[in-house]
Amino acid sequence: MSKTILTIDDSRMMREMLLMVLQGAGFNVVQAEDGVEGLEALARSTPDVIITDINMPRMDGYGVIEGVRQDPRYRATPILVLSTESSPEKKQRARNAGATGWIVKPFQADTLLDVVRRVSA
Amino acid sequence: MDPMDAIKQTYFQECDELLASLEEGLLSLEAGEADSDTINAVFRAVHSVKGGAGAFGFQAMVGFAHVFETTLDAMRSGKLDPDPEVVKLMLRAADVLADHVAAAKGEGTVDEARGHAMADELAALVAPEGGAPRTSATPASPAHDEDGGDEWGFKPLKFGDDEPAAASAGWRLVMRPTKAMYAKGHDALLFLRELSRLGPTATTLDTSWLPNLEGLDPEESYCTWTVELPAETPEVAIRDIFDFVGDDCPIELTLSGANVVEPPAATPAAPIDIDALLNSVRTPTAEREALEGGAEKPAAAATPAADKGASKNVPAPAGAGATIRVDLERVDRMIDLVGELVINQAMLQQRVMESGAARSSTIAMGLDELEQLTREIQDSVMAIRAQPVKSVFQRMPRLVREAAGATGKQVRLVMEGEGTEVDKTVIERLSDPITHMLRNAIDHGLESTEERVASGKQEEGTVRLAALHRSGRIVIEVSDDGKGINRPKVREIAVKKGLIAPDASLTDEEIDNLIFLPGFSTATTISNLSGRGVGMDVVKRSIQALGGRITISSIPGKGSTFTLSLPLTLAVLDGMVVSVGEQTLVAPLTTIIETLRPKPEEVRRLGPRGAVLAVRGSHVPLIDIGVALGQRSEPIDPTQGVVLLVESEVGGRAALVADEIQGQRQVVIKSLEANFQRVEGVAAATILGDGRVALILDVDAVVEKMFSDRRDAAPLAKAS
Amino acid sequence: MTPGDPVNDTRELISFCIDEQEFCLDIMAVREIRGWTPATPLPHSPPYVRGVINLRGAVLPILDLKARLGLGHVEPSARSVIIVVHIGSRLVGLLVDAVSEILAAEGSAVQPTPNVGCETVNRFVRGIIANEGRMISWIALDDILPEQAAEAA
Repeated sequence: MSKTILTIDDSRMMREMLLMVLQGAGFNVVQAEDGVEGLEALARSTPDVIITDINMPRMDGYGVIEGVRQDPRYRATPILVLSTESSPEKKQRARNAGATGWIVKPFQADTLLDVVRRVSA
Repeated sequence: MDPMDAIKQTYFQECDELLASLEEGLLSLEAGEADSDTINAVFRAVHSVKGGAGAFGFQAMVGFAHVFETTLDAMRSGKLDPDPEVVKLMLRAADVLADHVAAAKGEGTVDEARGHAMADELAALVAPEGGAPRTSATPASPAHDEDGGDEWGFKPLKFGDDEPAAASAGWRLVMRPTKAMYAKGHDALLFLRELSRLGPTATTLDTSWLPNLEGLDPEESYCTWTVELPAETPEVAIRDIFDFVGDDCPIELTLSGANVVEPPAATPAAPIDIDALLNSVRTPTAEREALEGGAEKPAAAATPAADKGASKNVPAPAGAGATIRVDLERVDRMIDLVGELVINQAMLQQRVMESGAARSSTIAMGLDELEQLTREIQDSVMAIRAQPVKSVFQRMPRLVREAAGATGKQVRLVMEGEGTEVDKTVIERLSDPITHMLRNAIDHGLESTEERVASGKQEEGTVRLAALHRSGRIVIEVSDDGKGINRPKVREIAVKKGLIAPDASLTDEEIDNLIFLPGFSTATTISNLSGRGVGMDVVKRSIQALGGRITISSIPGKGSTFTLSLPLTLAVLDGMVVSVGEQTLVAPLTTIIETLRPKPEEVRRLGPRGAVLAVRGSHVPLIDIGVALGQRSEPIDPTQGVVLLVESEVGGRAALVADEIQGQRQVVIKSLEANFQRVEGVAAATILGDGRVALILDVDAVVEKMFSDRRDAAPLAKAS
Repeated sequence: MTPGDPVNDTRELISFCIDEQEFCLDIMAVREIRGWTPATPLPHSPPYVRGVINLRGAVLPILDLKARLGLGHVEPSARSVIIVVHIGSRLVGLLVDAVSEILAAEGSAVQPTPNVGCETVNRFVRGIIANEGRMISWIALDDILPEQAAEAA
């Protein structure tokens, strides 16, 4: 069975790009447009990996990570942060919140897939 | 389409939206509404534009967006006040960014000098702050930035339990996952798998820390792994695997056979973020600078703002509510189908009536309900495609800024009714006329600053752009508080150009509307700003082509208002259904001033073939529709038919003669070009209740043709 | 498409008579065949343009194929039919007296159009098919619509 990946990004282009890359690699993709939607999506699908943006309206990526980790079903689900930023403070903050990895935008398809495979058993 | 191309198109669409919200946010900052949500939204807009630009390799755009973003970030973190001067600069920076987007689309070029100057100005806003220059002016190598800044990262713990295994030269890695590591979705096995990809590994598991079962915390991590890797494995590759996990999985890495264990401080303290590294290899300097800029940003200052934005659950400024995105094609298809439904319903109704069913019969009553439902569906479907005029309005502040700059006038733009909705088909056609009217208002309407001061007005002129719904149409008003129309001058020009008789008696309103006559606007009356070689007659003509009207009212010394009214959609049309010979035709209601049955004494012959109709003292040329469309060679006696008094652009008023009026009806517009081609004298077609196709008359074309055919006929008072 | 194109596969053709001549169209171009309904005439159009009809909500131009081929005019009767064909992205109705049959022709049965010194033939006949002693002209649809500027006036 192919794995399901939840992508949370407010940019339609990023969502489409992720969709293209991930679907192309055989993953199921569930999309959400911001943090609130992202957490809502957890109610209707069970992703194996979550990829989230940081800068988003309504709820940012840190909120998403904390929200996911509070849900017992997703305590150990890998969460990858996809962001144009890469400051140590932000990474640290994401890591403290419970993020599993960090990918810098713009990403190369291979890099993304590599990281996704790396965190998904 | 190549999927990447499709995504690029999405990116461009998104850029347009982002640029719009950027400008909107900056404008509200300019208006003094500087809350952190607005600043965050503005920052996010530039940030997202940059993100996509990087993905598609629009280097110049990335570079500029980065500088812009840096400045906005300073504002976001409270280091830069959004005072009016700063915001004004940012508005112009937004224009430059828009130019970059346009250039990326292949729709224009970026004035590089302007872009650089702007980047410098932006950079100057933040450079003096806090000493450290954080702008693009400082190139830096990425790896160092990453390393230097990565404070959270790797702090090796030492375990004395194992000596390096034997003397075989190679890497020896001890990894000791913590409970926290597992809590973040990591798995030690995955690390081992990654390590094994680097080369042949020898892995030992140390379970000596494992307590007895009763003392075992199922969530705790007790295992330690030791992995040996060949010496030629790059250290960076090994460390990279543990990059993000950091303290949650302390590792100890030693190279046996060489000098062992450097002090942690001397090693590049942090694992290198492979993605960042990859990026830095292939992406622009600006992206690297982004890393740098981010690295030096104090987190404490940046986070409260971000938190606030996140927690307040603020709807997007555009007005949120649950929305879905639908392919326009699907909506268009639905509109087509509903159009067919309307036609079918009308056909059914007609058949039932023809079959002699009584009005009160259940079948007739059922049909009435069906009709009502059909109308409602049609309205609802049209509403789906309706869009607020905002998408057009939001381009105007820039235009006004540029026009103000070009004329040296001070202009304030006030916009109202941006949420007014109108069908997409109309929206697309609004931009040009509004652009032209605004330019005209700034160029001709407003006085120079000196003149304004001299006449006791505020230095800054005001131009107002408003949209509203009025009796089933959309009305756009462009008004200025300038000097108003100089009527004696307009009249003089019109007389000189032979547009009116020197002794014509015209009301003020009629004089004002002379500016719409073809041939009124010329190079001498239009500056290159508002004119661009186009006169108001062209504006009027394009509006009439959409079934619209434009009027002007003016008060000397106080200003002018252009009022433009358009149908809410170009998918349906209010028409006058008339019979001409055997045929049924539809004339757009907007072109018809009135309908009348001529009396014999009102019809006068003029020349060998011409005839005119006397309407309240003026004489209007008579045009037989049947002859104009080649259905008959001889006109019918106008007194036996009906006359549609129409206003056409080209020839002013004309009296179109039809046999009979059937009534007014809303009809669905069907293109003739879709399956055939343009037909002279016909604007489009529609399908009537009897299922037959009826042609929609192109009034302008009919009148124009008649006038050109009768070139030798007597000249007519066009502005009567 | 020139008349000499090598065509190797078998294709299905729909044939009809105009006076004593037989013509055919590639069935792939045909969307449907329907009965005659009076058309709304279009002003300033060439004589072979009969006008437009309503085809389930679309406005469909009707061309008198007989007139287009310079063979007179169809007098619409109960037997007359409109063959609705695709020409590029357009749908166009061709008015003919009657449809006779559907036939299959090997690509090798298509012969180049003999030159009879007639511009209409060169323009509208793509090739001829010999079939059981009959000669059927295969119609090329590419040029069948009026040229915008040249013929609309």
